Amino acid sequence: MIEVGFRGLLGEFELDAAFTAPASGVTGLFGPSGCGKTTVLRAIAGLQRFPVGRCVVGGEIWQDEKSFVAPHRRAVGYVFQEASLFAHLSVRANLLYGSTRGDKGGVAFDDVVALLGLSPLIERRPDRLSGGERQRVAIGRALMSHPKVLLMDEPISALDALTKDEILPFLDRLHRSLKLPILYVTHDRVEIERLADHLVLMEAGRVVASGPLNALQGGAAAWPSVSLEAVVTAFDPAYGQATLAVDGGQFLARSREATVGERRRLRIDARDVSIACQAATRTSIVNILAVRVLDAEPADGFDVLVSLGLGEDGRGARLKARLTKYSWDALGLAIGAPAFAQVKGVALEAFP
Amino acid sequence: MDGLAPDLMTSVELTLELAAVTTVVLLLVGTPIAWRLARAKGWWAEVAASLVALPLVLPPTVLGFYLLVALGPQGPGGAIASLWGARTLAFSFPGLVIGSVVYSMPFVVQPIRNAFQAVGDRPLEVAATLRASPTRAFWTVAVPLAGPGFLTGAVLGFAHTVGEFGIVLMIGGNIPGRTKVMSVAIYDYVETMQWREANILAGGMAAFAFCVILAMALIERRLAPGAR
Amino acid sequence: MSKYLPNYYDPPVQKFASLRRPDDFLGRALDVGATAASKESLMRWLRVLTAGILFAALAAASAKADDVPVAVAANFTAPAKEIAAAFATKTGHNAVLSFGATGGLYTEITQDAPFEVFLAADEARPKKAVADGFAVPDSLFVYAVGKLVLWSKSADAVQGEATLRAASFGRIAICNPTAAPYGAAAVATMQKLGLYDALKPKLVQGADITQAFQFVDSGNAEVGFVALSQLAGNSGGSRWVVPQDLYPPIKQDAVLLKKGAGHEAAKAFLAFLKGPEAHEIIEKYGYDFDKPS
Repeated sequence: MIEVGFRGLLGEFELDAAFTAPASGVTGLFGPSGCGKTTVLRAIAGLQRFPVGRCVVGGEIWQDEKSFVAPHRRAVGYVFQEASLFAHLSVRANLLYGSTRGDKGGVAFDDVVALLGLSPLIERRPDRLSGGERQRVAIGRALMSHPKVLLMDEPISALDALTKDEILPFLDRLHRSLKLPILYVTHDRVEIERLADHLVLMEAGRVVASGPLNALQGGAAAWPSVSLEAVVTAFDPAYGQATLAVDGGQFLARSREATVGERRRLRIDARDVSIACQAATRTSIVNILAVRVLDAEPADGFDVLVSLGLGEDGRGARLKARLTKYSWDALGLAIGAPAFAQVKGVALEAFP
Repeated sequence: MDGLAPDLMTSVELTLELAAVTTVVLLLVGTPIAWRLARAKGWWAEVAASLVALPLVLPPTVLGFYLLVALGPQGPGGAIASLWGARTLAFSFPGLVIGSVVYSMPFVVQPIRNAFQAVGDRPLEVAATLRASPTRAFWTVAVPLAGPGFLTGAVLGFAHTVGEFGIVLMIGGNIPGRTKVMSVAIYDYVETMQWREANILAGGMAAFAFCVILAMALIERRLAPGAR
Repeated sequence: MSKYLPNYYDPPVQKFASLRRPDDFLGRALDVGATAASKESLMRWLRVLTAGILFAALAAASAKADDVPVAVAANFTAPAKEIAAAFATKTGHNAVLSFGATGGLYTEITQDAPFEVFLAADEARPKKAVADGFAVPDSLFVYAVGKLVLWSKSADAVQGEATLRAASFGRIAICNPTAAPYGAAAVATMQKLGLYDALKPKLVQGADITQAFQFVDSGNAEVGFVALSQLAGNSGGSRWVVPQDLYPPIKQDAVLLKKGAGHEAAKAFLAFLKGPEAHEIIEKYGYDFDKPS
């Protein structure tokens, strides 16, 4: 359990943020640039000190009204936006900088190297690495210091799109294989949808909302996509297609090699979901699921963002669909009505 | 005159010894000063930096005069010297070292300070998140990254002390083997019209200065972190 | 929970460590602070500098024709200033004085320094000047005879010759014997007394007699050989006027230099030096005059 609360001046506005994050999984800190999310992260690490603050991580009090633990005494791992590797040390030396000698507990050197694919880079110098490689080393370095919490400050924001795609699988792996709580700061919605289990929304120095990702996505908040936890029930190598079961239905999605029983996350953008009043036959759309309309919100322009519940009773996982107002009226849809949601196979992405 | 060559060599040895000792002292004393100045954020830092840089613009005679008074029985120097039964620190090698340290301080502190500033806050923050205490961070991160600055400071301090004249003249007393350094020896030779000896020493010093500057440029190139 | 539309697609902020570092190492090394001179302030500096140089040049050029540059041996500093003042009052000409050790001054003269009159502390140098063609022959004369004094700032340190024999001081100051006659006289005194070898380790040398005086005056040397004229008006401390038989007389010669040969004001200065007003001043400072032996 991570308890955080800070109050103080932040540039032009006041920071007054408090939230709790679960002791495992990824908690995303999401908000526009300048809203104070990086500051909160730095305050948790002890790099910035607010006169009024509270920070308790895993039962250890790092800051309260009476005390302040110096950053080098906190069991944090911090990944900065620009990798900031030590230029005078090799990758190996960088990785080992924070680890104590002869340490058996925690994440061992070989495991970290394997997890982040660093073996070909071990003896190189930081100036000979690409941006993505540097970030992976930075993550590995943070992990090797046996942190109680991993703080990641927009780790891939400074990378180009191609490199981001290359590094995201490693982040997925991190998420899946570590029992560490991770606090992930970003202003990119897609990263949140892909990685976060829990979400803290910030704006102008305040926490606007906080809760599990699904709750924030599916609730009154007009988030135009959903992230579903799915289990692989079948995999067809001939088509590179996996069958993923979610609460209330199942999806066929493109996937790399998958074994039955594996957990995956499905990200479905509202623009990729259409609604039909009856199930179509002989159509290329492979995913047609029975749903019930739960809510409809006007979106910008003449659009409508519809919340759907999977299953005939609508009690399954949430789905979002973006329709034109025209379609909504033409189909005569209403809240509570049954319908069918259609999602093209190519639109689905199963992570990792 | 056969007494000459040993006299020449003595002054050369003395000069090198003075420069070496001064450089070591300045590295030890100047590094903490450079570090505090580099990390300080308040306006007082510039006041302190200006004090350190004073010898850059003060005429050596002014400095020499104040040093003469300070090193003598009327100043702290006398008190220190009385610890071993002497009256004054002037006319002695330790006195010269003190004078040289004051005189060459900006040449050592400035490059080191710049190097520390160039390192910036980030590497030290990274080190802190990796459980390095401020001391460990200083020695394992700040100092290696500031390496070229130390080298520059050491070489500049050494070369500057070798060239020192006005101060040594005022507080040295021109004692062969003790305070008669090369620059004073040249002055002496010129005063007494011993041109040959003056030429030898002066030419040697000029060549030395050139080699120092050249060596520094070459080393800096190779040592800068992340250089080609 | 409030309605909250997450549509943030801000471009990622690229942060660079911007260090404005000059390209050469010296520039970097001496880079005082991060604010390098802007072009404007540099131009302003240059203008001020040029103005200053021009002004100095003009000032020098407009030096009146009746300025007399005089090289003066350091021991004669105080009396020379008084004499120059009296000279100016009497004739309106301005004697511009430069002080230093006789040897150093002579070296400058051989290197074309702009002096017109040379007031040395010995005879050898002015004679050499004539021999080497830098001075006008028959303008040579003895303007004063110097007296050597052993002096200490503390009132009981010097008690005559015994002080040198006891040698209980840590340091004794003299000026450079090769460059200044008072230094040579001090060495001669010690040698005559047979004490030179014993005292040699305690010697400290000033570049000229003024510096030797400074060493004693600041207390860094307990005793020192200085010129009697330097103690004029100073009755403090303790002194021993060294008996004349212990050292060769310090006959101080003045000579007109070639550069001043056609200059009436320079000749006038030397004439004044021989005159009664100058003699009064010189005597006041404890110098003797040359008695035809």
